Amino acid sequence: MLVLSGAAPVANEETNVAAQTVTGTETTVLQYLAFSLAGEVYAIPLLGVKEIIEYGGVTPIPTMPDFVRGVINLRGLVVPVLDLSARFGEGRTQIGERTCIIIIEQEGRDQDMGVVVDGVNAVIDVAPEDIEPPPSFGAHLRVDFIQGMCKYQDRFVVVLGLAKVLSVDEITQIADSLQERDGP
Amino acid sequence: MSMDLSDALESYGIESHGLLDQMEAALLAMEANGPDSESINAVFRAAHTIKGSGGLFGLDDVVHFTHDAETSLDAVRDGRLAMDGPLIELFLKCRDHMGALVDASLVGSVPPGLLKSGESLQERLRTSLGQPSSSQADPGVSEEEIERLLLGVGQPPTSQDNRAAGEAWHISLRCGTDLFRDGMDPLGILRYLGTLGELLHVTTLADALPALAELDAESCHLGFEIDLKSALNQAEIEDAFEFVRAFSLVRILPPRSKPEQWAELIRALPEEDDRLGEILIKSGALTRADLAAALGTQVAAGDIRPLGDILVEQLAPREVVAKALEKPELEKPARDNKVQTERHVRVEAGKLDRLINLVGELVISHTVTSLRAEGVADTGLIEAVKTAGRFVEEVRDAALALRMVPIGGTFVRFQRVVRDLSHELGKRIELVTGGSETELDKSVVDRIGDPLTHLVRNAIDHGIESVDERLAAGKPAQGTLRLDAYHESGSIVVEVIDDGRGLNRDRIVAKALVRGLIESDEGLTDQDVYAMIFEPGFSTMEQVSNISGRGVGMDVVKRTIEDLRGTVEVSSRPGAGTTVRLRLPLTLAIIDGFLVAAGGLRFVIPMDLVEECVEMPEPGRRNYTDLRGSVLPYIRLRDLFSAGSAEPERQVMVVVGYAGKRAGLVVDRLLGELQTVIKPLGDIFAPLKWVGGCAVLDIGEVGLVLDVPALVAKAERREGAALRSQPWRGGIASNSANRGLTSEQKNVYIS
Repeated sequence: MLVLSGAAPVANEETNVAAQTVTGTETTVLQYLAFSLAGEVYAIPLLGVKEIIEYGGVTPIPTMPDFVRGVINLRGLVVPVLDLSARFGEGRTQIGERTCIIIIEQEGRDQDMGVVVDGVNAVIDVAPEDIEPPPSFGAHLRVDFIQGMCKYQDRFVVVLGLAKVLSVDEITQIADSLQERDGP
Repeated sequence: MSMDLSDALESYGIESHGLLDQMEAALLAMEANGPDSESINAVFRAAHTIKGSGGLFGLDDVVHFTHDAETSLDAVRDGRLAMDGPLIELFLKCRDHMGALVDASLVGSVPPGLLKSGESLQERLRTSLGQPSSSQADPGVSEEEIERLLLGVGQPPTSQDNRAAGEAWHISLRCGTDLFRDGMDPLGILRYLGTLGELLHVTTLADALPALAELDAESCHLGFEIDLKSALNQAEIEDAFEFVRAFSLVRILPPRSKPEQWAELIRALPEEDDRLGEILIKSGALTRADLAAALGTQVAAGDIRPLGDILVEQLAPREVVAKALEKPELEKPARDNKVQTERHVRVEAGKLDRLINLVGELVISHTVTSLRAEGVADTGLIEAVKTAGRFVEEVRDAALALRMVPIGGTFVRFQRVVRDLSHELGKRIELVTGGSETELDKSVVDRIGDPLTHLVRNAIDHGIESVDERLAAGKPAQGTLRLDAYHESGSIVVEVIDDGRGLNRDRIVAKALVRGLIESDEGLTDQDVYAMIFEPGFSTMEQVSNISGRGVGMDVVKRTIEDLRGTVEVSSRPGAGTTVRLRLPLTLAIIDGFLVAAGGLRFVIPMDLVEECVEMPEPGRRNYTDLRGSVLPYIRLRDLFSAGSAEPERQVMVVVGYAGKRAGLVVDRLLGELQTVIKPLGDIFAPLKWVGGCAVLDIGEVGLVLDVPALVAKAERREGAALRSQPWRGGIASNSANRGLTSEQKNVYIS
């Protein structure tokens, strides 16, 4: 079930990746999961990533915003799946061979959430001081979606602030506004 | 006590409350139907067990008070005291006090005020027994005395003691090593034994103690030889060892046992025969001659006598002992139908959820297996998979049923509430319950207790009139409060019905005007008006009583029920009574569903709503059709999708009916019936009111369970809104009837 690209360093990490911080020789490093989406690379904190599964079996839920692709049945648990690309206002993700769903656990929530990405790249270690603040403009992404910037393969990638991207309040608000408009 | 007793104490608390509930049920039954021996025994048993287990934990206040209650109950059992109204009343109070004592003891110390009120109850108990009201001496043994006995200090046994010991029970206890870890304490047992009679002699045996280097301080290696003078019978003494006997060696010899019984005992105990003999002689349980005889017999009788002939068995097969001793009390529960003794296992809810999830997976993977098997065309394999499938289904049903509990247990609690409140208010009210066997999810049952209490109190205080008022109105003097539960249209309905004075529309309107909830009552239906009693702080009572009228409560009722995704309805007829109807969804319940497909999605329609399926007539411009002469509006499920796949040539219409309404649901295909668990879809889907939840289908897909009333309401609202935006078509521009009510409330009263 684990779909990781090539010889990524996480290949032998099991599905439950719990530790975000690894005590190195001297300093503490943070771990991030890098994935690609519409040609861009993003990173999310590894802590909270429960597992990564192949895309499939998504039941669409009518009258929800287009960035909610639906729900999947994950071993008996119902997990909503969001389309990150659509959430960023860049249109729905085209499903390809490497498309997968990252299952994310959020603090204070009973239900996990899945996000659709084009592919998972690697787990990267970043020293806390190497996290840059987000640029005030130019990222073409809502500023509150960006937690910071980190280096991956010599390029800056966006570290997503999942609390806002997956905000239940915001999603329900949007869904609520759609209720009287759509449907029978 | 230094070890962690919290788990054991917690289960003691839970068990005690279970017993107190049984006690209350039995007392109330006797109040209604007159005393009977089974109920009296049930009350006695409950008190006895609470006292016994309380003693094990050293909860002296509980033991002390319950002891007195037990004494009176004993008198009742023996027929020395009549179980009449006042005494039942007194015992009900004692029961409450026991509950309070148990609770207080579990969290720490018992407040002096509680003890004081207990003393007055004890005083009344003694008065009822006709005893002098001076406070009795503590029948138990003081702590110092036990310490003295344990340490073996103090006076050596006198000759009188020796004689007495011959008349005493001899108990040999070898504690299990895990005794402390199980939350038990041998001192507690001794202390409790002290309350059962007189502890003549206790010898502590440390023979099993390992060398200090190997000693685990948390293990118990102690043994005790105890001589107890008590008038109780074997089973009652055995009760003291209820919690320890599973892992400890317990042997009890009745007074005046025969030498061969002593021999058997000595042989069964792990210590050296000679050493034991000395201990027994020293404690006065045996004379040297007896011992010689015993050990002699042991050699002589040896292996000829079968072990089973020994009168006193090891404790484990309790039923056998009980039967042998012909103790009727222990056999009673089996044929006791008036006071139901429940046999339950308490399981953490999370474990059940996990089981249900796993069973769901099992069902799905089994479906895959059977599909594969059919592909292989091996008849033997197909048969085997089919057989497995039957069991899988049964396992699923059994697992799902685990979470379901009958609502009757909640209803029973209200007997007491109704009784107490009606006494307090001087009204005569009978509580009638119906549908007690209706099952609903445990989590729902747990949460509707409070709202129901509010509704019941309200009905008694505001609804049902006093006797004079009722007689003047030509009603029977006794008011009736009805609690009813039943399944309807995929929901569970719980009703609180009173035959009281009904809601006063004018008064509610006046109050609502004052509070600014509405501007006028013009066009408001009665239901709209009644709905306002659920507004926070709304009360029409001129006088605030201590029962209700403060205006808190009804809004709590509404909030709690809404949290459960349920609805509240009120209907009322002036002078004839009020009905409050709670409609609760089966959040995690098994439902019989009807699976349909529309636009590539699968939907589950609750089976009880489905009336019939008809072929979709030629679609017209308007969404209604002629169903055998009556107009039937319909909803196309495809319209849920903004852009669906091409419509199939033939569509089917499922006719659904609920609460006197009918509607058609147009779908692409019918896929048949299924039984399934409804799971919540998740918080981000909360705005989708028309989805009651989802069901994981056998193929691993997720099907949406339709909340048909909400779906229809949505259609009604939508159409209403569309027409209002075009006033020339909509006729009456706005519906003043709905002014002052939130859309939520309108939702509630769509019927």
